[in-house]
Amino acid sequence: MSTLLEITELQTHFLSERGAVKAVDGVSFTVNRGEVLAVVGESGSGKSVTGLSVMGLIDKPGKVVGGTMQFDGQDLSSLSPEAMRQLRGNRIAMIFQDPMMTLNPVLRVDTQMIETLRAHRDISKKDAWTLCRDALARVGIPAPDERMRSYPHQFSGGMRQRVAIAIALLNDPDLLIADEPTTALDVTIQAQILALVQGLVTERGMGVMWVTHDLSVVAGFADRVVVMYAGEVVEEGPVDRVISQPTHPYTLGLIGSVPSRNKRGAPLTQIPGSTPSPINRGTACRFMPRCRFAQTKCEEHPPLIESATGASRCWFQDEVAAQSREVA
Amino acid sequence: MVFVIRRLLQAVLIALVMSVLVFAGVFAVGNPADILIDPEATQTDRLRLIQQFGLDRPLHEQYFIFLGNVLQGDFGNSFVFNRPALHIIFERMPATLELAFAAILIAVVIGIPLGLWAGLRPNAFSSKTIMAGSILGFSLPNFWQGIMLILLFSVTLGWLPVTGRGPVGEFLGIRSSFFTLEGLRHLALPAFNLAVGLLALVIRLTRAGTLEVMPQDFIRFARAKGLRERRVIFIHLLRNILIPVVTVVGMSFGGLIAFAVVTETIFAWPGMGKLIIDSINVLDRPIIVAYLMVIVLVFILLNLIVDILYSIIDPRIRLEEAGQ
Repeated sequence: MSTLLEITELQTHFLSERGAVKAVDGVSFTVNRGEVLAVVGESGSGKSVTGLSVMGLIDKPGKVVGGTMQFDGQDLSSLSPEAMRQLRGNRIAMIFQDPMMTLNPVLRVDTQMIETLRAHRDISKKDAWTLCRDALARVGIPAPDERMRSYPHQFSGGMRQRVAIAIALLNDPDLLIADEPTTALDVTIQAQILALVQGLVTERGMGVMWVTHDLSVVAGFADRVVVMYAGEVVEEGPVDRVISQPTHPYTLGLIGSVPSRNKRGAPLTQIPGSTPSPINRGTACRFMPRCRFAQTKCEEHPPLIESATGASRCWFQDEVAAQSREVA
Repeated sequence: MVFVIRRLLQAVLIALVMSVLVFAGVFAVGNPADILIDPEATQTDRLRLIQQFGLDRPLHEQYFIFLGNVLQGDFGNSFVFNRPALHIIFERMPATLELAFAAILIAVVIGIPLGLWAGLRPNAFSSKTIMAGSILGFSLPNFWQGIMLILLFSVTLGWLPVTGRGPVGEFLGIRSSFFTLEGLRHLALPAFNLAVGLLALVIRLTRAGTLEVMPQDFIRFARAKGLRERRVIFIHLLRNILIPVVTVVGMSFGGLIAFAVVTETIFAWPGMGKLIIDSINVLDRPIIVAYLMVIVLVFILLNLIVDILYSIIDPRIRLEEAGQ
């Protein structure tokens, strides 16, 4: 599998009066062609900001202040705004969390689809219309001819997300960045959307960066997982290994927090505490205050330590792995 | 359709209530006979005139006679001009409509771009200047602004005429100041004076709308589709902002017509506002009543038009109506 996107030491900060909010603080990972990479983490871990950084869609006062993003051999941060625009929606597409909010409420679906084609290539409105209608049909929208003329509020949430996916895939992108696109949907709709994207990955060899906080989505769907915590990657590896045998206490806690894994009636496990302030995170391991494995060594911020089955940012990853084997 | 009929019935009811209030109001203010009839006139002349105007009858009788005539399309003759009140009002109406229309044009054409600018760069010095200016537009008294405009542009700079309406040109059968240069020069100051309040409002509405819509996901998604910034702002953003702006502008149109009184008085603009002030001064009741009825009708019509426009701009409203 060839590398499609390679992020190295990405730093995206938001400048506030109280100091720089380091939303993404030295993140590195790769997405390969034909692969689904899940980026997992809780709110504020920097996973969405990472996706938006790749798109060049960080709003002020945010800014990519360091690191590189190589997309298919091009350095994204060196591109002009116009070159970046030509890439967006064309070779890199993105879908968002809330399907109720991603489509413009006052424009018809056909307008919102056709403009996506015409922003990137010279095509007549009529040809564009036909392509868009077919795209709607492909994502499983019934009666696409009529639906083209509808407004977003005339669709259900799941249908809207299908429309958004159809729009994202119109220009046959190499990379799809999905920012929790199924979080706002019913479980049954969620399964349909996942199957749809999975089909597109095998069919087109597209690379997918699937941002989510839901490990149960990741399990059957992703190839590899990157776990983020407090603006950095804390664990990375193939999905089966990460779920069955996590080597970072945060990942272990995440997996433990999935209710279905607990016995009926037993108290639900949770990770105590909350994420540290993104302005001043100190020099210790960022997970230390919430970690039951913490020792004095953890006063020193650990590097991402590579192993045969991925990487973990923990001084005691062998102990964590041993513990997770025990739980399993 | 039911909606339109309901609206029209409402209009009739409001006009009826209005006529009673105005009738009683003018009666309470004073007796037109005292003002209109030459104090030197003989007693017989005086009585003859009072009889001719019907002022010798009790108020309720006068009112029902008036109502009966209105149902036949007759609003009575002006006491002053001794011509049908409605005719006099319609003669003056084009000048006022022209003024109000020019004011709306100024408010929209200048207000939306300025509001967009201020909304897209909320922290820039230029934006803060625009917003400070809009507060002045709101809070400085309109008549004072008018006098200052005359002082600056007519007296000091001598660029524009002081008062009055210029020659009208004809285009497609419409006679208006818009079609002659001199007419436009006369129109500029009063139209701007009338526009200032609405202009300030449009700027603030557009800016608030921009600040509200820009952070929304659909703008981000529009950018993620690779659309050019121009299209994101002028299609995706503007279409959403237009909803409140159209409402306010439409509603204000009636207000501009009804309350052009101040501007028309300052600039001696020969419109309905000037007419109504003159008529109130001499208690010319038929004109006052007819004028207010016309204004009520204008308001109701405008509200109707705004409702229709609204449903064109915002598709969600169409569905709700169909669902009823």
